[in-house]
Amino acid sequence: MEGLKLTNAELLVYIHPSKSGNKLKAICRELSSLLFQYDEIFDGVLLAFDVTVKSKGAKILAGLNPYFGVKVEASLLLFNPKPNSLVEGKIVKISPETIHVIVLGFSAAVVTDIDIREEFKYRMRNGEDCFVSSSHKRHVLKVGTMLRLQVESFDEEVMHIAGSLLPANTGCVKWLEKQSEEALHMDRDDHKRRKIA
Amino acid sequence: MGASEALTDPSSLYNVGNNDLSDTETVLNVRNALASVQNGESDLLYDQFVETIQINNRSDHALGAQLDALLKALSGSVACIDVNHHRRILSGIFGMSLWDHKPHVMDSLVDLIISLAATSGKYLDNCLNMLIRHFVPPPWVIDRLWQNRVIEQKQHVLSRVHGALLKISLLVPLAPSRLLPMLAHQLPKINKKDQVVVIYVENLLKLENSSIGQVGGGMIFMMVMERLRDLDLEIDWDDILQDDSNRGMFDMELEDAMNEGDELPVGSLNQDTSGGKIESLDKLMVTCFDHLESCNLHGRLDQVFEKLFDSFENFILNTYKSKVSQFLMFYACSLDPENCGVKFGSKLLDIFLSSNKPRPTRQVSLSSLWMSAVAYLASYLARGKFLPVSYVATMLKRLVDECADYCRTCNDDIRPEAHQLFYSGCQAIMYVLCFRMRSILDVPRFRSELIPLESILMHKLNPLMVCLPSVVAEFLRQAKAGGLFVVSDSFIFEDLLESELSRAFGGCERLDTFFPFDPCLLKSSNSNISGNFIYWSMVRPTYDKDDDEEDDDDAEIIVNGDEESDEEDEGDLDYALNKMSITPKHSFKNNMERERLMKMPSMIRPSTSPESL
Repeated sequence: MEGLKLTNAELLVYIHPSKSGNKLKAICRELSSLLFQYDEIFDGVLLAFDVTVKSKGAKILAGLNPYFGVKVEASLLLFNPKPNSLVEGKIVKISPETIHVIVLGFSAAVVTDIDIREEFKYRMRNGEDCFVSSSHKRHVLKVGTMLRLQVESFDEEVMHIAGSLLPANTGCVKWLEKQSEEALHMDRDDHKRRKIA
Repeated sequence: MGASEALTDPSSLYNVGNNDLSDTETVLNVRNALASVQNGESDLLYDQFVETIQINNRSDHALGAQLDALLKALSGSVACIDVNHHRRILSGIFGMSLWDHKPHVMDSLVDLIISLAATSGKYLDNCLNMLIRHFVPPPWVIDRLWQNRVIEQKQHVLSRVHGALLKISLLVPLAPSRLLPMLAHQLPKINKKDQVVVIYVENLLKLENSSIGQVGGGMIFMMVMERLRDLDLEIDWDDILQDDSNRGMFDMELEDAMNEGDELPVGSLNQDTSGGKIESLDKLMVTCFDHLESCNLHGRLDQVFEKLFDSFENFILNTYKSKVSQFLMFYACSLDPENCGVKFGSKLLDIFLSSNKPRPTRQVSLSSLWMSAVAYLASYLARGKFLPVSYVATMLKRLVDECADYCRTCNDDIRPEAHQLFYSGCQAIMYVLCFRMRSILDVPRFRSELIPLESILMHKLNPLMVCLPSVVAEFLRQAKAGGLFVVSDSFIFEDLLESELSRAFGGCERLDTFFPFDPCLLKSSNSNISGNFIYWSMVRPTYDKDDDEEDDDDAEIIVNGDEESDEEDEGDLDYALNKMSITPKHSFKNNMERERLMKMPSMIRPSTSPESL
């Protein structure tokens, strides 16, 4: 899974004077309002944060409401799937034309038939829609499968990912990992040699 | 029809009756047409698609079949639709209305909308908007809502819209967060026909019941509550009273109604100007009651109640003398007294007792919010038939303790403006006791909990002088008869409807005369409420019926008695119901006192609105 990053940020959080009773709660509330939204400054969607207040001093904003700015250090978990990065998500719906995936439980991703590689054929198995690989019979994509897909584009406003299954390293996560394990097993000596070198 | 013919006649390419042409082929044709438009070529087929979508002819079956096939093919080609190049067809699709089509076309259209919404973020908002537009039915539906055919169509359309919204929210988890502001935005304006608003609110509540409600239920209740409040505020007290005195339903204004009863033209005018709103509010209330009841049946009332209370706190509690909307809370509490009923009282008391929590301060200052909370609490404890005496006693004890603490720290003389909260607390205690004294005094433990009350009332702040005289009079009468404490006979209070002092502590908003759960004035809503409501006529005061010379049957109804089983005709019951006063009728010893007390309804009833001052 790519597209996730952890960043440290120094933030100045402005708090309404009425909230001065419980500053930490007020800071968390302010930051929570940014959750699950794309922020250009952070360059990503804020998924989680952890704050520590560094100094006891606060800057009072001149104006009608004397908001006060508290300096905090925050570590932020951000999500920004750049094009060509690989993300993983759960398949929620399959139709002959599209595969619908939900990434990290909140971002909708879709792979349309144009972006599904030839290898995968749409089939109806036991009343279930699925895509089956014609070269590897065990490589099956159906509802509930964890899918690894390549990001084509990311719509920041609605957190929508247009994905692709064209590269060979995309598909069912379980199957792909099994494959790479087997490959690892076979190439172990080779791998060892490379490591020493 | 053969394939060769299909090639010469483009319109038959997507004819659903054509079995020779497979679905995939139709999709292919549509995709080609879309692709050629994207490449800048003009395409005859594409133009025809747009035309087919824009045609709105319900009766033509062939056209319907064409449209159906086209929509299906488009759902298979969503990936090929480009937001810039295929604007015409997209605006055609988003302009379509399910109301105009047969069920099979609806299905195809809904599938297409779902595919569009889930395939690209660019279409999501348009799709959601298109779907919720259906919550406002077209005029021909509104006008024929009584016809079976229309009812069926309504069912077809709305079930599909809800299904689609759910499917979209399943595929696009953040869809509800975009949907909710749209719902608020499309809520019909207040002056729309009541049917339109009611259908819209029905749909909102249906959404609340779905998985979307788990995310946005709070906001949905806010919208509904805000609308209720707005309607509530649109209605003057005078409108309701006039309206009802015409029907002979609510003759609370005993002395006035007699004189004004024959002035029908005035009443009918009032009915015309605001009668629609009253009905609208009544219907909305009943819709909400039904929803709460279904929540209760499904065991989720407890969870819904939190959201409901938040919306109540945001919109009703701080609204100046709301008339009807608050009964939503009352009804919810009556459905589940053990949980919701208890929670409501405790939350109100917490609001009254706390002063350091951040509160919504939009319309009223904090002290009037607290006073309003205690007024709600008092009225709720007094009127809720479903509340056990033990609970009422516990809440009273907390109020009494709070007031006793206040007395201990305060060494001031009567200054109503300075001690508003204290006086409103005292009035609340006395008001509740007017209704509950007998049952409370029956239990020695509860009686002992009220002991500090005497010292409070005897304090220099002298709440008996300040609180509403009618409440004080009734309270003292019952306290004396019940032996709560020794009431000195020499205690004199102003023989006025409202003393200068009580006016002062109520502030310019006159919160001293605000009893939110006085009988509900709307006909249909009241039928849901009345079963769980304590009318004054049902209260058995501590002074014995032997004291009352001409005791009425109404006054004999006990708190827990079932008034419906009483063999009174409806008229009698209505008469009893509509005395919004704390005053028992026909139970006064002398005529002078009787005359004075008969006036009280006019004072206790919330018509002491600014207009009447």
